[in-house]
Amino acid sequence: MKVFWDLVRGDISAEKVVPPTGLTAFLTAASAAAMAFLAIFVLALAVTAARQAAGWEDALADTATVRISASVETMEAQADTVEEILAQTPGVGATRRLSAEEQVEILAPWFGPDLPLESLRLPVLIEVNIDGNGPDAVGLGLRFAAEAPGAVYDDHGRWREPMVRAAQSLRRLALTSLLLIAGVTAVTTALAASASLAANGQVIDVLRLVGAEDAYITRAFVRRFTLRALIGGAVGTFLGLVAVALVPNVSTSSVGADIGFDGFEWLWPFLVPIAAGSLAFTATRLAAARRLKAVS
Amino acid sequence: MTERAAIELTSVAMRYGDRTLFRDVSVSLAPGSFHFLTGPSGAGKTTLIKLCYSELTPSEGNVAVFGDDTGKMRRNDVAKMRRRVGVVHQDCQFIDHLSVADNVLLPVTVSGASAADIDANMSELLGWVGLTDFVDHTPPELSGGERQRAALARAVILSPDVILADEPTGNVDWEMSLKILNLLIELNKLGKTVLCATHDMSLIRQAKTRISARVLRLRGGSVELAGAEL
Repeated sequence: MKVFWDLVRGDISAEKVVPPTGLTAFLTAASAAAMAFLAIFVLALAVTAARQAAGWEDALADTATVRISASVETMEAQADTVEEILAQTPGVGATRRLSAEEQVEILAPWFGPDLPLESLRLPVLIEVNIDGNGPDAVGLGLRFAAEAPGAVYDDHGRWREPMVRAAQSLRRLALTSLLLIAGVTAVTTALAASASLAANGQVIDVLRLVGAEDAYITRAFVRRFTLRALIGGAVGTFLGLVAVALVPNVSTSSVGADIGFDGFEWLWPFLVPIAAGSLAFTATRLAAARRLKAVS
Repeated sequence: MTERAAIELTSVAMRYGDRTLFRDVSVSLAPGSFHFLTGPSGAGKTTLIKLCYSELTPSEGNVAVFGDDTGKMRRNDVAKMRRRVGVVHQDCQFIDHLSVADNVLLPVTVSGASAADIDANMSELLGWVGLTDFVDHTPPELSGGERQRAALARAVILSPDVILADEPTGNVDWEMSLKILNLLIELNKLGKTVLCATHDMSLIRQAKTRISARVLRLRGGSVELAGAEL
């Protein structure tokens, strides 16, 4: 806590002893800004993908479909039987038979809007809303086999599973990217701090000679680099958010989503500059400790 | 009861790789004493001075400052000890972008005190070393003698008990050497323990006419008390 308070309060005398280094200062802030910009993009893509995948998953998990493929003569009778069975089955909510127009709409992306429905033998589709944990799919399948052999119950599991896997992969990819960005930020800051510490070797020697404790010397460097990374991170975050806001809205398409943050997701971008500052703080402290070990 | 030594080296040896610089050196600096440390170049004068404020660690033996073994001190204890030991380095060692005043004030700054907390008055101190007109200059703008005097002002600003001066007159003319010697003698008269490394015998002879100074000579890897031949 004291370390944090020292960081916030600053120590003018300690900072004054380190000469200003324009290029190092700029490079530290610029690299933190670039990394924050990338982090915002990764975060935006990750939360958007996760949100979209979760939405798809929820939608698919709440519904099931019964598909009835039968001869023209028995199709209607089997459909009526299926609806009766569904009405008696626990875990099944409302059911709705899809109209011919709705089926055309579903098939339109593949066959175009002018599908000659009358010339095709399309199956009857019944949309089933799930109650609670849903029906016993095996038992339902057995009843269909006995009473409506052309009916197949589809709980969307084969669609849902790849969605879940894709969402998990995206999350892993985002986490890996964020870790890489954090690592590069830490290494860049540590290198800049090490260069600054090496360039100011005489300053450190003089300070030790006149009785400066390690904490005083460390403070002189740490606050400077932490503030640079914090400011760079804030600028990069702001630019990243502007760039994300400028990405065209594609939510009206069947596969797209608004790339960006929603609700509590807006907390994530605010963590980026704080993370950049924290990384710089830790990296500079470690670099300073390493340098001071070599000074008696 | 014997008074505790300000600095005491006991059976100290110093080696750099295979080369033994000196061995079995035992020196005791009584509080308020004035010692010169002399010897040929490379004999180890600077090394011995550095041992006294723990910039170097002896290969063997112990160094005690105000009774505390420097080998057992933690880094922060070493820092605190150095505030009681003023050092005038051979190459002065300043922070070049700070003004002379800020450099002189450094020991106060790093100790967390302010200029108001110390006994010494900054302008009086700079006047004492003859640098009143150089307050806002930076060290690179000073001559060798001015730098040495600024280093001396910095060394005494916290009113330390011991002054270690390593070749303080090494890069200055005779007149300036005498000025610096006078400052060291004044400090000794104020009760400070002074250890001054120099190879300038004329300076030592000059000092001995005015104060009772002991002369330690580093020769052949050991320290001996120099006698009347000086």
